[in-house]
Amino acid sequence: MLTLRNVDVHYGRVHAVRRVSLHVAPGEIVALIGANGAGKTTLLSAISGVQRASAGAIEFNGRDIVREKPERIVRLGLSHVPERRLVFGPLTVEDNLLLGAYSRFKRREAEADMEEIYAMFPVLCERRRQQAGALSGGEQQMLAIGRALMARPRCLLLDEPGMGLAPQVCKEIFRHVALLRQEKGLTVLLVEQNAKSALAVADRGYVLETGRVLVSGTSEELLANRDVRRAYLGREREAESGARGRA
Amino acid sequence: MRECFEPALETMDRRELAQVQLERLQATLNRVARNVPLYRRRFAERDIDPEAFADLADVRRLPFTTKADLREAYPYGLFAVPLREVVRLHASSGTSGKPVVVGYTRNDIKTWSRLVARILVAAGANRDDLVQIALGYGLFTGGIGFHYGAEALGAAVIPASSGGTRRQVAIMQDYRTTVFVATPSYALYLADTLAAMDVNVNALSLRFGLFGAETWTEAMRAAIEDRLKLTATDNYGLSEIMGPGVAGECQMKAGMHVSEDHFLIEIVHPVTGEPLPDGEEGELVITTLTKEAFPMIRFRTGDITRILPEPCACGRTMRRIGRIVGRSDDMLIVRGVNVFPSRVESLLLEAEGVTPNYRIVLTRSGALDEALVEVEPTEELLFDRVAEHQVLVDRIERRFASELGVGIAVRLVEPGSLARNVRGKTIRVVDQRGLGKDA
Repeated sequence: MLTLRNVDVHYGRVHAVRRVSLHVAPGEIVALIGANGAGKTTLLSAISGVQRASAGAIEFNGRDIVREKPERIVRLGLSHVPERRLVFGPLTVEDNLLLGAYSRFKRREAEADMEEIYAMFPVLCERRRQQAGALSGGEQQMLAIGRALMARPRCLLLDEPGMGLAPQVCKEIFRHVALLRQEKGLTVLLVEQNAKSALAVADRGYVLETGRVLVSGTSEELLANRDVRRAYLGREREAESGARGRA
Repeated sequence: MRECFEPALETMDRRELAQVQLERLQATLNRVARNVPLYRRRFAERDIDPEAFADLADVRRLPFTTKADLREAYPYGLFAVPLREVVRLHASSGTSGKPVVVGYTRNDIKTWSRLVARILVAAGANRDDLVQIALGYGLFTGGIGFHYGAEALGAAVIPASSGGTRRQVAIMQDYRTTVFVATPSYALYLADTLAAMDVNVNALSLRFGLFGAETWTEAMRAAIEDRLKLTATDNYGLSEIMGPGVAGECQMKAGMHVSEDHFLIEIVHPVTGEPLPDGEEGELVITTLTKEAFPMIRFRTGDITRILPEPCACGRTMRRIGRIVGRSDDMLIVRGVNVFPSRVESLLLEAEGVTPNYRIVLTRSGALDEALVEVEPTEELLFDRVAEHQVLVDRIERRFASELGVGIAVRLVEPGSLARNVRGKTIRVVDQRGLGKDA
């Protein structure tokens, strides 16, 4: 569904993404993991057209989208849920959602979609008239996802959905990601620093380090991989070996 | 479509496969450049930027890894992970020089098991089978490689290991073995033993046999199938790359499917190292795409074969390689034509009336190479059918000319007259041309 070949992205003078090739098959959840500054967010922005790739090919459903404008890419079925949610704080929950349907402009359809989103996230329905800025972090994340869904995407780019959330809330968000795939057949490319929660929901993953792909594999393979464990599961790993040492 | 162990992967669209290969090649290059000093040094010396690889064909710009590199790195110099990540070690036999030690991470073992399960299923096996593995266990990858693969498949494994032929026969009878894994020469030896023990082969339960680790011929396949009453397939692997499971034949018996999602294959000229087009015979070069502990970049296998690019009727999209016809280190160049002693041998085996005891004598008359094959005929032909001698010689000479592309004279010599080595085999090649090896 989504295929990247040799994508380079420069962020100012920094060569943030280097020759990255990856693919996401229809219905797959794929995680991009890596430390801060590995180039994950830059790569997502390049896919959604917010950032320009300086070289390489990005294909969505067999169509080259590397030169397309972001709004055009949304209309093709690729929605980006940005890092830190970026909901419109002063607007109500409902207006935020309607803005997500901006690319379609069909009020009636949009309202029907909104009901579906309310069914999925009842808490948003309860707070539909409140300002988005008044929501908790987890609720804002649900709103950001809901807003992206309003464009009826076939593929969702999710940037750090768990960032700054309590573990329980984070779990809830990931549960919804899995449900979206299961119920709507949505394809998801997920960026996450928390490798463990990302790989728990993803089928496969790519590990980015200083802009390069270092390892790729199924989630199970990555969880067993040394580079992944050392760099991104470090603490849990130590705790685990400590426990084994005492046994 | 025939059964596959991993159907979605084994019948993957070739374009998707190219994408997967590119992704994995790039990640492998990034990893070896970071973790393996030999590769880091080589890339630096040749000014190779592992990030500049935008296409699978770019792999041709990388230097080869040779068996000599592996020996020099003995024992752990080419490992890409620290030893604490390694859960298994194997070693290839050190027939010439030091052995080569190879390591596997937990993921490597899982991948290996799945790839062996693929060739078992391709060969006809399924989870209801009883798989008798008559390959050596231990440092050699053959026995344990098949063992894990058969377990991954869910079959019942009989780890018989090699040797003890009468015991193998007893196991085969009593346990009702359905799949037999061995070398082709051992399969024939077992057939002799079955005959000597007067065992009714039709009363055995054998269905399929997987034979590899040696060069063999269609004539041997026919003999094995006939004498053991099973369907025999060829398979290919080598410790330096993984062990068994690199490639295996499906039921079409027309070449071995390479698991190309894990191995990138090329065929190069055995002398110049130049890439050769699909279909042409040359040396097989393999780059691993998923190995963690012991990745290999453009490893020269020394095995001579060719890529069969046409799609296979079984539905697998993974390309096939033909039989291994020889070793590049055995290759002779006669009047500019590459000749493999193993090829000469298989052509001799097809001719009725001669034994596998032969030698190739190379001489030079003026600027021209002269090649002569001296072969010991069977006693029966020698004494009872003298009139047929010249007919046989002519027939073999014509076969050589058409199959090898160069004229080689044939002479029948007295049985037992050719010099033997310590293992009782005739010395295969006598080169009297006075050329250096590189000439």
